[in-house]
Amino acid sequence: MIARLLPSLVDGVLIGVIYGLAAMGLTLIFGVMNVINLSHGSMIAMGMFGVYALFTGAGLNPFVGVAAVAALGLVAGVLVYAVAVHRVRNAPHLSGLLATFAVNMILMGLGTRFLSTNFRNVDFSLGSFALGPVTVTGTRLAACGCAALVTGLLYGFLYRTRAGKEIRAVANDRAAAELVGIRSTRVLALSFGLGTSLAAVAGGLIATLFPFTVLSGGTYELKSFVIVVLGGLGNPLGALIGGVLLGLVEGAVPIFLEASWVPVIEFALFVLVLLVRPQGLLGARR
Amino acid sequence: MRWWSRFGLWLSLAIVVGAALLPAISGSASTREAVFTVLVSVALASSLNMLLGYAGYVSFGHIVFFGLGGYIGFYAVSVLGWHLSAAVLAGAAASGLLALLLGMSILRLRGSYFALATIGINEAMKALATNLKAFGGSTGMEMHLRAYQPYGGAARALWITYWALCGVTVLAVVASFLVKRSRFGLALLTIREDEDAAAVLGVDATRAKTLAYVLSAVFPGAVGALYFFKSASIEPGGAFRLHFSIELLVMIMLGGQGTLLGPILGAVAYQKLRSALLTSAAFRDVQLVVAGVLLLAIVLFVPAGAVGWLRSRSRTLHRALE
Repeated sequence: MIARLLPSLVDGVLIGVIYGLAAMGLTLIFGVMNVINLSHGSMIAMGMFGVYALFTGAGLNPFVGVAAVAALGLVAGVLVYAVAVHRVRNAPHLSGLLATFAVNMILMGLGTRFLSTNFRNVDFSLGSFALGPVTVTGTRLAACGCAALVTGLLYGFLYRTRAGKEIRAVANDRAAAELVGIRSTRVLALSFGLGTSLAAVAGGLIATLFPFTVLSGGTYELKSFVIVVLGGLGNPLGALIGGVLLGLVEGAVPIFLEASWVPVIEFALFVLVLLVRPQGLLGARR
Repeated sequence: MRWWSRFGLWLSLAIVVGAALLPAISGSASTREAVFTVLVSVALASSLNMLLGYAGYVSFGHIVFFGLGGYIGFYAVSVLGWHLSAAVLAGAAASGLLALLLGMSILRLRGSYFALATIGINEAMKALATNLKAFGGSTGMEMHLRAYQPYGGAARALWITYWALCGVTVLAVVASFLVKRSRFGLALLTIREDEDAAAVLGVDATRAKTLAYVLSAVFPGAVGALYFFKSASIEPGGAFRLHFSIELLVMIMLGGQGTLLGPILGAVAYQKLRSALLTSAAFRDVQLVVAGVLLLAIVLFVPAGAVGWLRSRSRTLHRALE
């Protein structure tokens, strides 16, 4: 049992960090502007196809391609903010949900029209490493390392740079931030861009591990929802821990039950946490 | 009460009944199928509007009640051999019960948290249905043709199902009207504007919200039972389709949330548009894109929806449209 459990748990943690990265994008946007970004899934899918296109088209190493995808994600996010989110930033929350969902419909529609819904995969290998009973593939290790690196960069940005401090100020109290001279519209646009970029990077990393279609984004979007609720909406560190937790659940459950029970347990956990501790397991600042 | 004080109700009923009678006049099965789809949307959108439009609670996973009612009704007819009418009542009751249980807990959550919770519940139910062998697991269940015998064969059974759906739709519209004009409806509108203030004014917010949630779940339960009886098969992906849930929100926004006529017009317009796009060569592949652009335009520029916009134009329209 332990011999089977240990490798799945290690795999679970490695993938969990990547899930956590995607969820961080969602939670950053929510923390700053109180909008649950329902275009999150299509941004993840865009990241997947970005890495795939650069790899198959230009032969670019997927872990280098992810950097380009991050930049594209930032631009795409700022655009989505300008077109769809800016006008509803002070409207009731239904408007934000529906506006971002409309963006999702448009992107999914374009994606299924032009990219078809066939399965793709990034055929790239870095060998595998064995340590005692545990064997992990090189790509999984590299993807997890990338995700950890991006998380570190995000924290450095949020805590060490002026722009990052402005984001935190607006998240804390937008009116007060405006009073001390922070231009909140720019900050909101940048936050939305960053959140989208994180989703795209996570998508790009997932693409190196599993086959995917245009519609795969939706699955990972739902995982992000579960994670942000576990970690507390608006709390990036909570998202990372929630991601690892979800990875562990995904690793451990199939040992004891059929794999199809994983979503039942995930969503039951999700609803339970919302009911018992809506502020998340970490008891976030909100 | 003068006759025009109920003009909004008569207008809404006239539209629903008028549409419902179309297939009876032409007698064609294809018209019936088209109207069936529209009426399903009208009934579901009107029910969801009681929660979303009146109480201001955004249920993103409302389709869970349609799916649950469908599964319970299907099981009752095909496995237990119940009569359709009993199965429809069972579907409605099961959905109402689930809403009652959930309502007592998740309605404590506000805003985005509630919306997220409803998505989670729908996904949890879908995953559960996928795993329950008694309900056919991931491949779902099929109805045996024998099940249509007591209704005089499959062809007649389809007509019976159609008329039953018309009945449920009319009931949902009438219920929407009665709720809106009642003291209970006023309590819901107060909760929508400011829940804390409503509580201070003596509104029992928990009870009102739970009752609205149950009411908005009962009709989708009945519709689900009818829908899957007619389609003769049910599987988790089709029963708990989150996308349909969100289409309902689009219909309500299109017509105007919180109005009686809005969800009806919105549902009819959306389904008309959708079938027009699906059958046109130029737009068939991009119907999702067109629907997305339309939704975005409404949310950004006409958040009150068509009926809400019309009502704000003149006093006469404000009084005439409910």
